Amino acid sequence: MTDQEIRDFLQNAINENRVMLFMKGTPDAPRCGFSMRTSAALNAMGVQYAAMDILPDQRIREELSALSGWPTIPQLFIDQKLVGGCDIVLEMYESGELAEALGVEQPTEEPQAPEAEAPESAPLGLENRLS
Amino acid sequence: MPTPEDLKTRIESALPGSTATVEDLTGGGDHFRAEVVSDRFDGLSRIEQHQLVYGIFGDEVGGPIHALSIKTSTPGGTR
Repeated sequence: MTDQEIRDFLQNAINENRVMLFMKGTPDAPRCGFSMRTSAALNAMGVQYAAMDILPDQRIREELSALSGWPTIPQLFIDQKLVGGCDIVLEMYESGELAEALGVEQPTEEPQAPEAEAPESAPLGLENRLS
Repeated sequence: MPTPEDLKTRIESALPGSTATVEDLTGGGDHFRAEVVSDRFDGLSRIEQHQLVYGIFGDEVGGPIHALSIKTSTPGGTR
């Protein structure tokens, strides 16, 4: 695959998935704490989302950052717009802005950063995952 | 290897009038957390605020600085 093909593939993933998370590892086997907390926040919202592991090829990450202008992983896109990385997603989770951006109700339990959630306990109802 | 003091100095000189608190999360010199208070953030979206801070370090974030966790606010309050 050429770099351009990788970039086109990433752009397609963003275009075709309303909620698109690029992460290290997968939601059920995250390979980095930042990716784990970000996918756990999405899991807690109960939305369907697509997730792509950027680790298999270094160029995926390079092309993604070139595309988004954002240097780190994870990166969450909603409606084709970069929302941010772990810090922003967790701040938005706590403030209720994430629910608003996703168009869902804020979970009724006391909102808290889903940091304590172990990766293996993450609820998975993802029918739209790419990897 | 960058130190928290290096990062603090660079943030504060790039954003005059700002106050940065930087900690090394792991002690390894590559995972940092920066809390930055600056009136330059006024009127910017959160993502633009973070991009302003990331922009100070360019390619170093993702390179020697493996992770830089950011929290931004304005002197008037967090947004």
